[in-house]
Amino acid sequence: MNLDPLHLCLIFSSALFCIGLIGTLARSNTILVLLGIELMLNAANLNFIAFWRYGPSPVPATGVLFVLFSIAVAAAEAAVGLALVIAIYRHQKNVRLQEANHLKG
Amino acid sequence: MIAAVISPPDAFLERAPQLLRDSVTGFLPEPWRWLVNALIAIGLILAIFGTLFAFLTLAERKILGRVQNRPGPNRTPIPFLNIRFFGLVQPFADGVKSLTKEDIVPRDADKLLHFLAPVVLLAFSILTFAVIPFGRNLVPLELDAAVLYFFAAGAATELAVFMAGWASHNKYSLLAAMRALAQLISYELPLLLAWVPVVMMAGTLSTTGIIEAQAGWKFGFFPHWFVFTPWGFAGFVIFMISALAESNRSPFDIPEAESELIAGHLTEYSGFKYALFFMAEYFGMIALSGMAITLFLGGWRAPLPFLEFIPSYVWFGAKLIVLLLGFIWIRATFPRLRIDQLTRFAWKFLVPIALINLGNTAIWSLLSNHSAALQLARWPICAAIVLIPFLVMGRKLSAGVAPRTYRYAAS
Amino acid sequence: MSLPLLLIILVTLGAAALAMALRNLIHSALLLIASWAGVAAFFLWAGAEFVAFAQVLVYVGAVSMIVLFAVLLTRRSRADLAVAPDSLGRAFSGFLAGGAVFGVLVGGVLSSPLPGSKAVEPTVSVRDIGTQLMGPNAVALLVVGVILTVALLGAVVLAATEPKPDQGQAQEGGR
Repeated sequence: MNLDPLHLCLIFSSALFCIGLIGTLARSNTILVLLGIELMLNAANLNFIAFWRYGPSPVPATGVLFVLFSIAVAAAEAAVGLALVIAIYRHQKNVRLQEANHLKG
Repeated sequence: MIAAVISPPDAFLERAPQLLRDSVTGFLPEPWRWLVNALIAIGLILAIFGTLFAFLTLAERKILGRVQNRPGPNRTPIPFLNIRFFGLVQPFADGVKSLTKEDIVPRDADKLLHFLAPVVLLAFSILTFAVIPFGRNLVPLELDAAVLYFFAAGAATELAVFMAGWASHNKYSLLAAMRALAQLISYELPLLLAWVPVVMMAGTLSTTGIIEAQAGWKFGFFPHWFVFTPWGFAGFVIFMISALAESNRSPFDIPEAESELIAGHLTEYSGFKYALFFMAEYFGMIALSGMAITLFLGGWRAPLPFLEFIPSYVWFGAKLIVLLLGFIWIRATFPRLRIDQLTRFAWKFLVPIALINLGNTAIWSLLSNHSAALQLARWPICAAIVLIPFLVMGRKLSAGVAPRTYRYAAS
Repeated sequence: MSLPLLLIILVTLGAAALAMALRNLIHSALLLIASWAGVAAFFLWAGAEFVAFAQVLVYVGAVSMIVLFAVLLTRRSRADLAVAPDSLGRAFSGFLAGGAVFGVLVGGVLSSPLPGSKAVEPTVSVRDIGTQLMGPNAVALLVVGVILTVALLGAVVLAATEPKPDQGQAQEGGR
């Protein structure tokens, strides 16, 4: 089978996305779930760059710009998410997601 | 601009490194030639900066000794000759010692990470050398986003510090590593903010482009270096203070404060791994100094027009040595800061000043398009914009410092 | 097929999969950092060097630190770092869902005709990115700046400990 580079990149990014998804679904540690989400975001970024590199693009820098914004938002997401993890830990001395089921600490 | 007899770029000594390299690799076919050139560059960087590291440790010990009224290392003889010669071979004796020492790994340590930490640290600190222009046309790697590359490669040092602290399975190591990380993260911000004005004024992230922007002479003799502008001077000072902290040098050497933390994250390291950490620290210091020279001190440019006959790499080396001696001088002079003083200094003083300096640079570049009167007026204006907050915040920061209170010691 | 690309793919996916499977949280986090570095290497391979360096600076330099600090701050002893195994049913359903999504995605990718590789590699200089960011995308840049500021303040507020009434001094929070 002769794969296009673009096809290969897309399969690569879907594999990364699914590893993140499986991690998010199968693990119950909050930090690992957040890391899985980060992996999925990275997979999306991979797609942007792959299409920027191989796809037809009217504006030459679109894919690059989108990834830059996406990285910035992902950084914000990680900061807030992990601050939440620390807040949850302070309330119940545990970071298992199943036990974070109280609205009031 | 200058009508020199031989224009500097064509002088023989100036082009000697390239001529020498081309005479070795010139006959190779294209892809191989590129590879061999790259390998030569890597080998040269390792050899030159490895030697510089060795003698820098000696110079540091000698100068510290001089400052503290003792001779410093002076007893290592040259092998077989038994001549002491001011202890000049001390670094090699140190190297042999650290190579032959027993390498102790704690029983419960995370063996792989314990090994990886110094390797990662050293590898990344060597990577940063790739974009520093050591002379005219002497850039190992020409990149469009070179400055960003430099600081991206430097970002991995934090990771190595964490790995060392965690893998040692020693709670003091871990605590010290956390403190070190707090320090490194705090000072990363002013370090990054300090060079943004330079990129703003030069209009490029490439190191060659930044040096190009500092070319030329005002009134025929005054160099156009960024450090000789109000914003550039402020940026340079902020950069050097943050560089001191980033390379764990005194007075910011809390990560390995021997007298209070044993040796911080290095406690469980011995033998050659410890030497690797040491080496990475000095490499980091050299690389940051090289970057400061590139960003603020005109890179490899000569300070005066009539001195341009001296080859560019000599100027770079001279500036580098001056900055490194400055590092040593500071270490000999200042006492160590406490961790809370250290973080407060970063967040409440350096970061605001760096942000103000950023705006200051914008004003500077806006005023540059106007008439001669404004051209002249922008010097005091921009100097005042940095100086007044500096005085106000400095006063506030040092207010109430004078009588030291011992809250946790027995009263 | 280019060898560097295959190598990058192998390292990135391997590190990510191992990270998601390991028990030890610190090892997971460090492997994920390797995986992020692999993604950065892919960006570099594709010719987007600015994005690659930004990825390294943000993920390897900053996000990794937040993650490692969070891991260390949410444990009582060293033994806590080994996460207890999750229930088999949960893992199984996770694999089922993930595998199904992967199948759908790969099927979709392989069955769709995509434009062949361009003859010329697109290049974008830092200057281009700068003018694009400051010109047509200035609003997005401002919004991202606001988001980052709000996220920073929010993270500090969330993670900061409440000052005890008798001491009355705010702790340094955030990190």
